[in-house]
This record gives sequence, C-alpha cells and structure tokens, in this order.
Amino acid sequence: MKIDEFLPSPAATLKSSGPHDRIVMSSRVRLARNLRGLPFPGWAKKPDRVKALELIRPAVESLPAMAGAFSGNMDDLTSLDRQILVERHLISREHAAKSGGSGLVLNPDLSLCVMINEEDHLRMQALRHGLQLRAAWQAIDQLDSALEGKLDYAFSRELGYLTACPTNVGTGIRVSAMLHLPALVLDEQINQIITAVNKLSLAVRGLYGEGTEALGNVFQVSNQMTLGETETDLLERLHKVLAQLIEHEENARGRLLEKRAKMVFNHVGRAYGILANAHSISSKETMNLLSLLRLGIDLGCFPKVDCTLADELFMITQPAHLQKGFAEKLSADERDLLRADMLRERLLQVGRPVTPPPAPDKPSGN
Amino acid sequence: MLCDLCKKNVAKVHLTQMDKGETKKIDLCEECAKVKGIDDPTGFSLADLLLGLGAAQEMEPGAAGTGARCPACGFTQAEFKKTGRLGCAECYRTFAEGLEGLLKSMHKGTRHVGKVPQSQHFSPDLEEQLKGLQRKLEKAVAEEDFEQAAVLRDQIKRLREPPSHPAAL
Repeated sequence: MKIDEFLPSPAATLKSSGPHDRIVMSSRVRLARNLRGLPFPGWAKKPDRVKALELIRPAVESLPAMAGAFSGNMDDLTSLDRQILVERHLISREHAAKSGGSGLVLNPDLSLCVMINEEDHLRMQALRHGLQLRAAWQAIDQLDSALEGKLDYAFSRELGYLTACPTNVGTGIRVSAMLHLPALVLDEQINQIITAVNKLSLAVRGLYGEGTEALGNVFQVSNQMTLGETETDLLERLHKVLAQLIEHEENARGRLLEKRAKMVFNHVGRAYGILANAHSISSKETMNLLSLLRLGIDLGCFPKVDCTLADELFMITQPAHLQKGFAEKLSADERDLLRADMLRERLLQVGRPVTPPPAPDKPSGN
Repeated sequence: MLCDLCKKNVAKVHLTQMDKGETKKIDLCEECAKVKGIDDPTGFSLADLLLGLGAAQEMEPGAAGTGARCPACGFTQAEFKKTGRLGCAECYRTFAEGLEGLLKSMHKGTRHVGKVPQSQHFSPDLEEQLKGLQRKLEKAVAEEDFEQAAVLRDQIKRLREPPSHPAAL
C-alpha cells in the first residue's frame, strides 16, 4: 500500500483529545535498541544495514500491536512522502534523509511508529494526545518486550541497551511532550522557565523554527540523561515538571486576561484578521499567528471551533502538505499564495472572534 | 581565526546568541559546522552546541592509545571524535576506559538501573547463583571431577557474559 493512501488525514488523527490538551499537544516516548553482532547503522556498510532491516522488519510486522500496519523501505518513499511524515512528527529529519537499508513500520492510528536503521537499528516510539506519558510508556514498553523475544538486542548488564550515541545508552529512552505556551511567551517569562527546566537536566527546544527562536510558541521538553535512572523514575520526574509548566501557563493566561486583556484580545483579533484575509503568507508568520488563534480558541473567543482546527492548520500549512497534489515543484512564493487561499477558506466558517469571550471555560482565569 | 571545534581549519561560520543579556559566540569551520548539523539550521540550538562542545573529544585515550581499533567492527577513536557515535555494541568494551569519564559527565549514573530484557533476567540473584556455582566448581576440582568442573566452568561463563556472537545470524 502507498503511504499517502495509508495515512489518515491530519484532521482525523488530531480529532481525539487527551488530558490537558489545551497546553500539552502530545506526549511521546521513544526507545533506542540495537541488534547484537551487527555494526550500528551509521558505521555499517550497506549489506549489514540490509541484513538488519531484513531481520527487524518482519519481526515488527508480526507483532499483534502492529496489525494492519504500513511497512516499507525508505527507498520506496518519494522525498515528498518522507517530508510529509516529518511534518506529521512521525519520523525524524535524519530518517527522512536515509536510503539503502532503512525502513519504517507504522500502525494504522499512527500511535506506534518504528524507524529501522535511523541512528540506531531500532527507534520505536509511542505517541499520544495531550499529557499521557504513562500510557505512551506502557504502549512502547509492551512493544519492546514483544520484540525482544524475536530479536537479539545488544545489551550489557553494566551499561544497559547499547546505542550508537553514548548519550542514549542505558535505557535508550527519550520521553518528551510538545507544549503550546503562548501566555508564558507573551508574559516574557519563557526564558526564565527554560533556564529552570534546563537545571533539572531536561532539554527545552523550539519545535519549529531555526535556532532558539520558537515559532508558534511550541516547545518540546525532554530528558537528556538515559543512564543511572529507571524509566519510571524519569517519567514521573518529567511528569511533575510538565504539571508545573501547565500550571504556570494557566496562571499566566489568567494574569494576562486580568491585567492586560486588551493586549491579549488585540493579538488574537489581529491574528484572525490576517489569517482570514491575507492573500500571501509565509510559513513563519502563519505559525506565529496560528499560535495566537489557538490561544483565542482556548480562551473561548471562537465558540464554534476547538483547538483541533488550529492544530490541523499548523500541519497542513507546512511546505510538504501544501505541495501534495501538485506535480510541479511549487516555489516558496507559490506556496505563500496557496497557504493564504487555504487559510481564508478554512477560517470563513470560524467567524470573527468574540472578545471578551462569553464565559470562561476554565476556572483558573478567575 | 581558527575553528573552535577542530582548532585546525579557518572558521567560516560565526554564530552569536543572546541569552538574558549574555552574548555567546562560536566560530566554526565549514566541515565542523556540517558535522554539527548547522548547515541544516532547523532544530539547531547554540546552547546544545556549547553544552556539548568538546564532549565528543573528551573520550580519553585508553591503554592502547588513540590508535585502538574495535576488533568487531574496525571503528577507531578518531572516528568517534568526528561523529560522536560509536561503531558497534562491542565498541563500548573496546573503548570502555575512554568512555568512562564521558558517560559520567553525560548521565546521572554510570550503571544501568532500568529495564532488562527477559532473557537477561536471573533468579535467584545472579551473584548468589554465581557464588554457588563457584563453590561447586572448587569442590569438583578438589575431587578431581574434571568433567563436572568443565560443565560448571561453562555455566559460570555463560552467566557472566551473555553470548556475544550474533545469535540472529
């Protein structure tokens, strides 16, 4: 089956909701594993990579959890397909650039994804909506336990699961959450928060955009250390930090509404105005304005829609999603026109923002 | 101006970052910039680079010196310096000495305390089991029961070290 026939539409995948999804867009747990006796993908010659792929792919496909999965070699995917998978947060940029001997197995609801021969022989991840780190860990732990009976993992009692990069050795785990923190950015608290989180040896990265600039106010918080701490201890530690971040963001929203409501509604109103009326708009501007639109939705300024719309627009206004359906490669200028057309049409049904919103849907602002 | 990383080539990529009024600067040659992924600026953060600066070089030369080669995959320490990645699982043993300090600086501990594959589980406690076998082995040797001693010796060996041959092949 072709990957673009297999992939459900962004709207369909984003529809399900999760706890705290006003602020936590998604939770993810990734495990890195390697096979004993074969060099790591980055150092392996092609025959060894192919050998690893031929061992791993059927083993992953045979798992009950992967029933009905898409399974393929990266070679068989077009560069547009790969780019779409990156924009969907299903594979890494690094994996999208791989060719000979790399593969992908993806379950139908996209909650489980196994990259074969990325930096490690296996990079498997579980993805959930909202704040669901424990559920994501349970899902990937089960997948991993089922796989270890079929594959011979490189494991040492001293150092745990052996990975290509020493930064992943031990548990091979990366627990992360994608957070939308517009109020902390508007309230200029974000740098302080990032510094504090960094001190707990957790990493904070802007998910979109270059360098440290976080487009769309979307941040990813994840662990950095993988050796010397159990998976569940790490998970609980991160969970606590995320709970605090949620509280800080909610408080900042409350404070902004109380003290600087005009400033917030001005941002939301202008964001809507441009998104709903522009005829050419860059990806960067779109991200930043969609973040404000999402904030407006959270605050109740757009009673007819929920944040799924903003999340969907985040995804489908990205370059590869726009390019889909066009045989000719679009230029950046052409994409800006197309993006604006799509946004105008989608925002037509949303209606102008209601400010102040009729009634707060969360008590935290009071 | 020389590259901050390799200190050999002329720096051509100059990065500046403002962080709470503090200016951080880093100058790299094109090659190191590429290795560090700066030619693809998506997701790049100067902080990461600065934090990780030198990390890849911190692997100390082991007893065999920097020229040591992994017997399983032919990987060398020089390769590690370039990419920050190892060649195979066996490299962790080959370069154990050099990696020790690096792992200590990167992680919370130096010993794995997390999940263990089912096949590596031992009951009762591995140490206890080994001690028991060791006692039996000594007894067998004392009684000159070499057949039994050989069996016990193999059992101990298997317990101490999981098979390193590629069982999947």
